[in-house]
Amino acid sequence: MSKYVIIGNSAGAIGCVEGIRSVDKDGEITLIASEPHHTYSRPLISYLLYGKTDEQKMKYRPDSFYKDNKVKKMLGRTVISIDKKSKKVLLSDGREVPYEKLMVATGSVPFVPPMDGLDKVKKKFSFMTLDDAHKLEKAITPQSKVLIVGAGLIGLKCAEGINDKVESITVVDLADRILPSILDSDGSAVVREHIESKGVKFHLSDSVKSFEKNKATLVSGAEIDFDILVLAVGVRPCVSLIADIGGKVNRGIVTDDECRTSIEDIYAAGDCTESHDVSSNSNKVMALLPNAYMQGETAGINMAGGDAAYDNAIPMNAIGFFGLHIITAGTYEGDCYVSREGKSYKKLFYKSNRLKGYIMIGDVKRAGIYTSLIKKRTPLSSIDFDLIKEKPQLMAFSRKSRNEFLAK
Amino acid sequence: MKRIYVDEKWCLGCHLCEYNCAFANSGKDDMSKALKNVKINPRIQIEEKDGISFAVSCRHCEEPLCVKGCITGALSVVDGVIEIDKDKCVGCYTCIMSCPYGAIMPSDDGVVQKCELCLKNSNGKPACVEGCPNRAIIYEEKE
Repeated sequence: MSKYVIIGNSAGAIGCVEGIRSVDKDGEITLIASEPHHTYSRPLISYLLYGKTDEQKMKYRPDSFYKDNKVKKMLGRTVISIDKKSKKVLLSDGREVPYEKLMVATGSVPFVPPMDGLDKVKKKFSFMTLDDAHKLEKAITPQSKVLIVGAGLIGLKCAEGINDKVESITVVDLADRILPSILDSDGSAVVREHIESKGVKFHLSDSVKSFEKNKATLVSGAEIDFDILVLAVGVRPCVSLIADIGGKVNRGIVTDDECRTSIEDIYAAGDCTESHDVSSNSNKVMALLPNAYMQGETAGINMAGGDAAYDNAIPMNAIGFFGLHIITAGTYEGDCYVSREGKSYKKLFYKSNRLKGYIMIGDVKRAGIYTSLIKKRTPLSSIDFDLIKEKPQLMAFSRKSRNEFLAK
Repeated sequence: MKRIYVDEKWCLGCHLCEYNCAFANSGKDDMSKALKNVKINPRIQIEEKDGISFAVSCRHCEEPLCVKGCITGALSVVDGVIEIDKDKCVGCYTCIMSCPYGAIMPSDDGVVQKCELCLKNSNGKPACVEGCPNRAIIYEEKE
């Protein structure tokens, strides 16, 4: 009987292993995942395509990780259901693995809306996994005309990853701006201009009406010839294992600050969950890697009998395209402070004596000082807000705070 | 574990720590060759305003948000010291988003850099501390 069973092998699952091992050095851990690979960093697949990393370097933990942490791994196996009464998981090959404490870190899968004629397209790809990246890499040639549906984080990282290896890239999105989930219109325009300068073309406020084998007709009437299609419309949290056994699920698996699901002895972490965002005081899916790790670690500590809470999560993203960096965090509500200089753009959102969110493009130095103000809900009256608006700096804090930061 | 502590009341704002840091991490053995006509990008940086100044470098936190958030596994804790594997880092800047002190910064080679207490360079112990003329930066074990 395995004391701990973990479903998944990415940031949430690895955080869980490390959380368990910080409390319990020996309890048996079994880790089960559909993908056959050693744990790797999913966001690095675009860096892999343009050669900034390789398969060895993109391993999220060293080769000795499972051995060092005494993890029994079952990779390339898929859990199809959980039996919460007799506390075991059932695998697609018929095997059963009993658990005392279970972690569900099943992530998310691409969401593909029904689109007319999609079945006629031969070369279509998602861009979520290492295998997706390999398949795409094999299919593209210097003559490829690539159509990407979706101007979000995944679609645009894909564009960056293959831009130098193909003839052309066209991106279509229903939204009126690129990266709509993290950028306001002014910030989005700055990034769009930069990406366009690298040759990528956009059709925004538009969508595909129908596909032929090598042609897409948009709602606007525009026609786009392509030979490679990448679908990056969005993702959907993998909630079925928990939903099937009556666990509480909204858009994601509902978890509390201790990263428990509504079912006894079952925890969840990462992109499959929804949890509390302290910047907006609401529950949401925060599918981002640092969040997955922290949730996994918190759950692991609690699974092993420790006492941990992850109670200051906020949405946040650090991403870059063709050398232009973007960091965003929190929620965009309240009054705004905006500054622009060249390709740098900054917008701070503040309300009720708190920093609620920010967007930084270009110059992103020391952004974490802003992140910390949001997470800690620091009263702005306790710092020199005019000074910190200008740039993130510890000088804006009281002498006493600085002393605590640096001298203790 | 021994850490670097900064007491702003002794800081002269002379910026020597920045130069000593840049030199120690330059890989060169001659300071003037290493720094002449170079715009330095040190891992310890002075903030100053209205007669107040202090140096900021990695706190080597016990709860390191940079390490936990690192998307590649390039940041890790080795014997209490937060280290960066520049070969694994892709320069996504998630750590810059995470560090509450603003103590991790872009490097000149497209990734990030941070204070590693000079334990990996030829100096072997923190050059900023050694060169501080007024003992505003100290390296010691506290409770």
